[in-house]
Amino acid sequence: MLLLRLALASLNNRRFTALLTVLAIALSVCLLLTVERVRNEARASFASTISGTDLVVGARSGSVNLLLYSVFRIGNATNNIRWESFEHYARHPRVSWAIPLSLGDSHRGYRVLGTSTAYFEHYRYGRRQALQLAEGRPFAADPFEVVLGAEVAQALDYRLGDSLVLAHGVARISLLKHDDKPFRVVGILARTGTPVDRTLHVSLAGMQALHLDWRNGMPAQGSARLSADQAREADLAPRQITAFLLGLDSRIATFAVQREINAYPGEPLLAVLPGVALQELWSLMGTAEQALFVISLFVVLIGLVGMLTAILASLNERRREMAILRSVGARPWHIAALLVAEALVLALAGMLGGLALLCLGIAAAQGPLQAHYGLYLPLAWPGAHEWRLLAAVLVAAVLMSAVPAWRAYRQSLADGLSIRL
Amino acid sequence: MTTPLLDIDDLHFAWPGQPELLHIAQLRLDAGERVFLEGPSGSGKTTLLGLIGGVQTASRGHVRLLGADLAALRAGARDRLRVDHTGFIFQQFNLLPFLSVEANVLLPCQFSALRRQRACQRHGSERAAAGRLLEHLGLSPALLPRRAGALSIGQQQRVAAARALIGQPELVIADEPTSALDADRRDGFLRLLFDECRAAGASLLLVSHDRSLARHFDRRLALPELNRAHPATER
Repeated sequence: MLLLRLALASLNNRRFTALLTVLAIALSVCLLLTVERVRNEARASFASTISGTDLVVGARSGSVNLLLYSVFRIGNATNNIRWESFEHYARHPRVSWAIPLSLGDSHRGYRVLGTSTAYFEHYRYGRRQALQLAEGRPFAADPFEVVLGAEVAQALDYRLGDSLVLAHGVARISLLKHDDKPFRVVGILARTGTPVDRTLHVSLAGMQALHLDWRNGMPAQGSARLSADQAREADLAPRQITAFLLGLDSRIATFAVQREINAYPGEPLLAVLPGVALQELWSLMGTAEQALFVISLFVVLIGLVGMLTAILASLNERRREMAILRSVGARPWHIAALLVAEALVLALAGMLGGLALLCLGIAAAQGPLQAHYGLYLPLAWPGAHEWRLLAAVLVAAVLMSAVPAWRAYRQSLADGLSIRL
Repeated sequence: MTTPLLDIDDLHFAWPGQPELLHIAQLRLDAGERVFLEGPSGSGKTTLLGLIGGVQTASRGHVRLLGADLAALRAGARDRLRVDHTGFIFQQFNLLPFLSVEANVLLPCQFSALRRQRACQRHGSERAAAGRLLEHLGLSPALLPRRAGALSIGQQQRVAAARALIGQPELVIADEPTSALDADRRDGFLRLLFDECRAAGASLLLVSHDRSLARHFDRRLALPELNRAHPATER
């Protein structure tokens, strides 16, 4: 206690340097915790993009590729699959639900997903949460109805009843617009923190209607063009889709159905377990994430080295302080312990400062982060892992303080009571 | 014959890698005695005080404090013996400037149970003891909570004296305690120091190069005469 009081008083005497040291540690600890929290939340939100789906099925390519375009709306399918294949498996005895996915169009940079109402009923994300409509209703019989993801509605400021035009292809600036067949916003989904927020949902019929009069990837010209009303009258049964999601009646059936799909004689199909593919995908990104973590560890180390420098630099001018303490009965280990206590105080103050900075930062950035990156950072008390990290920082600080402690110990033995400096 | 308070017997000392600095055949100090030890700077005065305080240990020979041979004790025991039985006053900058006056005076009580106990026995509490000592040394109690670094040099020396005296150590060692004071303050300081040493029953060993102080003391010793390692110090 005495030593702690002395350390505090001595630090207070050098409060400017001490504050700078604390600030350096606080910033580095804040960085470490931020990286750690972003890492965890990114992983969690990544893993919670899709849940409750047993199999993702698409044209034969790589499992990561299939997952990327069907769930994350990144990249493109190599091939479409036939509607009959989907129907075949939708009727499969072990399948309890099936969601068709048809991709390929976009609206101002956001992907358009053609699907069925089963999507609103069976799609699950996070902890098996169903999609919720914030406003309006799912698309219904009319093919030109669209349901917006939360971010699309917010970013482009669409409300119920607005009409919008889809573009062919997924380039941000698309020259080919389906401007003869505008869609009406009938529903807006609640925020999910997943790619669903950045998607426009239309019915498969709507998707089909858009492309009815297209030949070889080009719109028909002149009289061959069909108006929206003509399209409504036409046969809008889909011919092909991009992928589909399957929910089975029991998880045990998963592997059997997967094998069956992979061996489907109708066309080459690939079925993947979303969990396995997610893991595969995350392991690709894991390197970058780990690099970030290692860098933040080094920043903490630099902060602690700064503390070490500050303490070591103060040692010489504090020889008198040490000699006075020796003369009133302090033993050399008291002197050493004094320096360890000092490092402990600095590191603790730095860590508290870091935590405070983290809380402030999260409170300030929470909204924008969620809006722009779909990343939700909770303003939460540090978890067990974060406490462990903080404890490790503290232990590192104490270990490092052994250097000045040892020097002061030697110094006070050599100096004794002579304090003529 | 009673045991002398301090008994130095055939003491040899050299700093590592240097020629012998001290060789003292005999030096004794009795309880309650006031001894003036004179020596020019560089004659090994401070080193001798370090040896008496048990911070350094003799290369050869004995330093006995209250009959205990310092060289035979372990470092921790030497440190305890030092704080239990000796109070130190240095030339200047005696105090930890960032602590209050009171906290500075109480420092020896923090490290020595014996001195804490003695202070409490006589004055009821250590804080009362600190207040009484400062009062006797002519410092107002209003100074107690002040930062030590804010005091004048003369005030600081008196606070240092109070710290050396708290808990009644048997020996007070003062190393040039007056050299930072002007002549008037110097005599006043010595008088107060003497009074308090007498009141506490402490011996005083004062080291200085200023021979004019010698007349106040029971006994005067010259280190260059005592020290056989330096028969003729450069005066």
